[in-house]
Amino acid sequence: MVPRVPFPARRITLAVVLVPVLAGVLGTLLPSIGLMPGPAQVPATAAWTGLAAAPGLGASVALSLRIGLVSTGLSLSLALLIVAGAHDTALMRWSRRALAPLLAVPHVSVALGLAFLLAPSGWIVRLLSPWATGWTLPPDVATAPDPWGLAAVVALVLKETPYLLLMLLAALPQVDADRAVRAARGLGHGPLSAWGRAVLPRVWPLIRLPVYAVLAYGLSVVDVALVLAPATPPPLAVAVVRWLSDPDVSSRAQGAAGAVLQTGLVIAAIGAWRLGEAAVARLARPWVSRGPSATGPWEGRLGIWSAQTAALPVVLLTAGAVLAMALWSVADAWFWPAPWPSALTLETWARHLSGVAWPLGTTVSVGLVATVLAVGLAAALLEAECRATGRGGLSDGVIYLPLLVPQVGFLYGVTVLATLVGLDGTWAAVTASHLLFVLPYVYLTLAGPWRRLDPRWGRVAAGLGAAPGRVFWCVTLPLLLRPLLFAAAVGFAVSVGQYLPTLFLGAGLHPTLTTEAVALATGGDRRIIGVHVFLQAILPLLGFALAVGVPGWLYRDRRGMRAAEAGG
Amino acid sequence: MTLALDGVTLWRGGRRLLGPLDLTVPGGAVVTVMGPSGAGKSTLLAFVAGDLDPAFRAKGRVLLEGRDLAGLPPERRRLGLLFQDPLLFPHLSVGENLAFGIPRVVPRRERRARVAAALTEAGMDGFGGRDPATLSGGQAARVALMRVLLAEPRALLLDEPFSSLDATLRARLRAFVFDHIARRGLPTLLVTHDPEDARGEVVRVET
Repeated sequence: MVPRVPFPARRITLAVVLVPVLAGVLGTLLPSIGLMPGPAQVPATAAWTGLAAAPGLGASVALSLRIGLVSTGLSLSLALLIVAGAHDTALMRWSRRALAPLLAVPHVSVALGLAFLLAPSGWIVRLLSPWATGWTLPPDVATAPDPWGLAAVVALVLKETPYLLLMLLAALPQVDADRAVRAARGLGHGPLSAWGRAVLPRVWPLIRLPVYAVLAYGLSVVDVALVLAPATPPPLAVAVVRWLSDPDVSSRAQGAAGAVLQTGLVIAAIGAWRLGEAAVARLARPWVSRGPSATGPWEGRLGIWSAQTAALPVVLLTAGAVLAMALWSVADAWFWPAPWPSALTLETWARHLSGVAWPLGTTVSVGLVATVLAVGLAAALLEAECRATGRGGLSDGVIYLPLLVPQVGFLYGVTVLATLVGLDGTWAAVTASHLLFVLPYVYLTLAGPWRRLDPRWGRVAAGLGAAPGRVFWCVTLPLLLRPLLFAAAVGFAVSVGQYLPTLFLGAGLHPTLTTEAVALATGGDRRIIGVHVFLQAILPLLGFALAVGVPGWLYRDRRGMRAAEAGG
Repeated sequence: MTLALDGVTLWRGGRRLLGPLDLTVPGGAVVTVMGPSGAGKSTLLAFVAGDLDPAFRAKGRVLLEGRDLAGLPPERRRLGLLFQDPLLFPHLSVGENLAFGIPRVVPRRERRARVAAALTEAGMDGFGGRDPATLSGGQAARVALMRVLLAEPRALLLDEPFSSLDATLRARLRAFVFDHIARRGLPTLLVTHDPEDARGEVVRVET
């Protein structure tokens, strides 16, 4: 029989993923019905009556729903337009290359950069004023944050579109999209219509979980909302974090009830989305099998045109956001309405470098350790799955759990748990909490290429006398080095961007660049924020550069090892 | 040396795919299992090699020199596998590919000598440092055979080994492979759908 992986990968993964999530949900649920840890107690129903009476609760819930649903709908539409419209064109190859840097920039960096780009006195207005707008003073409107949460939606769309694009690109080879589109176009359909009819219905189930993860994230996002969403009333998740951080025990109980409500909100939204999917699928049924309409050559251009329209703003705004903050970090004086700083100086850097060193060190050490652990676990899981062909590996749903349950919904419970075992506020607890979110991304990025690896490589090696261990180290890993390092870069970027786990498990003792940047956001000194945003963006970018460069250099004389595609 | 199959039967789900099959391959001889694609020929080789996909079920014995191979993991059966594609490891050089299967006990100097000798035998002197991706189809196929032979197999399993090559190359490679098999006295089990590739005793299987 096939030997097992000499390492209980499944059990460790279950312990790393399932235990904290379930215990965390429970540890949030119990306080919400009055069972607080510690001596102070509150009446059983006080938390929920307090929550119901909280001013602006309805507005908070509505704002959360709006941000979550609109940002998910927009991101998904843009990602689908890009994949469908740019199918098999130069734009697609270009998009694949742009994907890694877009994924690298953390949510908070994008949000902070957008806060400057979109502000009434921001870069976009400065570049247009006064010559085009006629404004000699910044207009008196709130744009970032705006009362409707649109700025937060934009920030989320900039981050989630590349992520959904990556997931789509990973799913396409599984449904043989190229040939399906070619066949449909041969039957007379235009590019968008061919993709929508021949590929979309089959690729949809494969990206369902990633879409739900995006939805859950958008509904419960905290860091982006702190920067770009209205503050009174804030989105539900922000209010919950505020209550949970209150020293008053009845406020914390109310926060726990809010966290449970937040989880319920996510479950309800995912349920509603699922029903919507079913309805759309039913309504679109006749459309899918309808024959091509007589169209001119404009339909071919429509595909590429819509893909460009979808891709360009994402790239330009993300790049603009990071560049603007990088510019601020070296700006001398930059008064309204000057389009550029009057002079460049390294003074901000010199002044704040020592202060930034400690969070920078924490960011790197937590990120590296969480990433190495996640890559090791993911590789062991996938290897175990490959050796046990036929029997299912760990189902993707379980791995996805930490991404589907909102962070505020269970991290408080995890913190309570960590306090009980005396781990709260330790570096190890922060790293473990990062691993919880790094592992799913690493596993899901790695799973596709791993499962696609030709099984004959292993058989040839075994035929040459190589035992499973040697096959793993000398054949499987080298052949998968590129996707392995890419997955590691994704994982590191995810860790660098974590806000809530660092805040909760670190108990404020282990600030990272992300928590510092969010804390600075309210202060509004754009120069210091610029320093943080630049460092925050450059770290993951460096990771991706290494992930591309190292295999390229190692295998510079091996033509068969060149990258076939980004991330695969 | 003799390779023998004794009542080998393969099922997929509840459906019988192939067999029962009895055959004996004496040392230096070739037995061809011929049948259309989908007849379970490759699955048969996977069963003999010891890495049958769990989706299949098998009955019967595989005997090498009279010893039942059941329970032996693939890497300890010492059966050389040759596929349609040469499957040279793309991250290793030609020389490293050749050395991959040489038993660990062989000292380093001796390993190098064996690799060099194998390259000479394949008419590819000085190719040791080359990137396998730069080889021609015929060269890659010859390296693949030499790599299998250097692992000192006790029998060979060939899975449509010539199908990816064009006609002239195919005849030359066929001669090269069968010549080596005969010279080393290895029992060889060949599966193919192409009558042109068949050698020795031919066993037909149907779908």
